[in-house]
Amino acid sequence: MSKKVIIVGGGAAGMKCASTLRTQGVEVLLVERDRTLGGKLNGWHKLFPTLTPAGEVLDALKREVAASGAEVMTGTEVERIAANGVTVNGGRELKADAVVVCSGFDLFDARIKEEYGYGIYDNVYTTVDIERMLNEGRVALADGSAPRRIAFLHCVGSRDEKVGQRHCSRVCCITGVKQAMEMKELFPQAEVYNFYMDIRMFGPGYEEMYREAQQKYNVNFIRGRISEASPTFDGRLQIKAEDTLVGRPLKMSVDMLVLIVGMRPGCSNGRFACTEGVNLAPNGFVSPLNPFAGNVRSGAASIFYAGTVTAPKNIGESMNEGVAAAMSVVEYLNAR
Amino acid sequence: MAINWGFNIARPRAVDMDANDLSITRRIMAQMPEFQACIACGSCTATCTAGNLTSFNFRRVHTLVRRGEYEGAYEEMGKCMLCGKCRLSCPRGINTRGLVMLIKRELEDK
Ligand SMILES: Cc1cc2nc3c(=O)[nH]c(=O)nc-3n(C[C@H](O)[C@H](O)[C@H](O)COP(=O)(O)OP(=O)(O)OC[C@H]3O[C@@H](n4cnc5c(N)ncnc54)[C@H](O)[C@@H]3O)c2cc1C
Ligand code: SF4
Ligand code: SF4
Ligand code: SF4
Repeated sequence: MSKKVIIVGGGAAGMKCASTLRTQGVEVLLVERDRTLGGKLNGWHKLFPTLTPAGEVLDALKREVAASGAEVMTGTEVERIAANGVTVNGGRELKADAVVVCSGFDLFDARIKEEYGYGIYDNVYTTVDIERMLNEGRVALADGSAPRRIAFLHCVGSRDEKVGQRHCSRVCCITGVKQAMEMKELFPQAEVYNFYMDIRMFGPGYEEMYREAQQKYNVNFIRGRISEASPTFDGRLQIKAEDTLVGRPLKMSVDMLVLIVGMRPGCSNGRFACTEGVNLAPNGFVSPLNPFAGNVRSGAASIFYAGTVTAPKNIGESMNEGVAAAMSVVEYLNAR
Repeated sequence: MAINWGFNIARPRAVDMDANDLSITRRIMAQMPEFQACIACGSCTATCTAGNLTSFNFRRVHTLVRRGEYEGAYEEMGKCMLCGKCRLSCPRGINTRGLVMLIKRELEDK
């Protein structure tokens, strides 16, 4: 009798896991909360570090899933997971021989950092808004004009005790650098400043992109965290920081402030952790069995993880974990 | 006859970590271990009420204290108005206003 696996969440990790399991002859049910597959990828324009259109990566994944014969159930939220299946909204129980949790991350809500005025002042955006505007084909200020000076602020909602988010979200430094370059492409006359505490370029080609932002696009990097933003009489935004390398306070008027928002733990994590063997790390992400050979395993033999549900990751890493989890599932099912 | 060579003897500008005595720094750290977690982001200085009016740079002064550069630090900390704004902005959750008082207490009469 063929074995059945339920995958919770159809983002990059879940989709890759589904198609990989199918190549091994395993029956798959992919359960996704949203109406479409793809997760956050649906909201991105061009991907770092290659500037590949996000739609290209997404379409390839969708084709793979469709061709694999995996059963897909969208518009269905998983409420609980168990060693032998899941409970979806409405209380319906779905049985399976193993469960792979690929429910991803949530975006930090920038309104929580009230001092930056997101949702209060015009022309304060998040990196997510910029991706959306790029997809819509129009980036502009609230009054429709082109920005002459743009500031990006790193680490909004990451590395910040004040919002209970101690961790580094990893992908946001490179996202900020990528978008700074994209703004210079769109508005070559504009000055672009990135305010950072540390620049973390962990992936292949990332440091090179940072250098390109400096050398080719003349993006300015200022080491200091913006403490607040306020509107000016002429409708711009004044930001304050310390230029820590100079050792003096710095203020600057800008037309556009972009908050580089980080990743927070998925909102389902808490409920999932009611299950024996599923534990949360202190930062709220799901904690894998161990960070080495047990990366995609939980404390329960039949429950597995892949992607950003366990920690901030980029798309390639998330998909790789989808493959790794699929292979661990097969190993487990064969040994039973 | 003294010849003016156009040079004079200036004190070395390097932070000399061989010469600096860090005993007061250690005492400060022991009383407020959270200060060890400072990442020198400058949020405290950026938001500082006193720093907007005077040359006071809180981040710079507490960094110098960490290195054992105590000279003038007590006087500098005297410019702080204890308004507490810095504490609201510190991403490491350091009791920065408490740190001002602690540094002043430890460096008094030094
Ligand atoms: C601003 C920004 C830009 C980025 N740009 C890039 C880039 O250019 N290149 C790159 O490599 N990476 C980029 N990333 C990172 C990338 O978004 C992630 O690596 C990727 O989305 C992780 O995929 P995932 O499947 O783990 O999670 P997600 O994309 O979060 O997908 C999880 C899925 O699970 C579903 N789900 C959640 N809970 C449940 C539940 N209870 N029941 C059912 N379904 C559920 C969600 O609806 C979602 O579809 C960026 C991140 C940010 C924040
Ligand atoms: S990747 Fe960069 S912007 Fe994101 S949290 Fe880490 S240091 Fe901050
Ligand atoms: S705000 Fe906090 S972490 Fe940043 S420099 Fe000041 S004391 Fe250090
Ligand atoms: S408490 Fe002192 S150091 Fe902190 S912001 Fe107020 S004046 Fe500046």
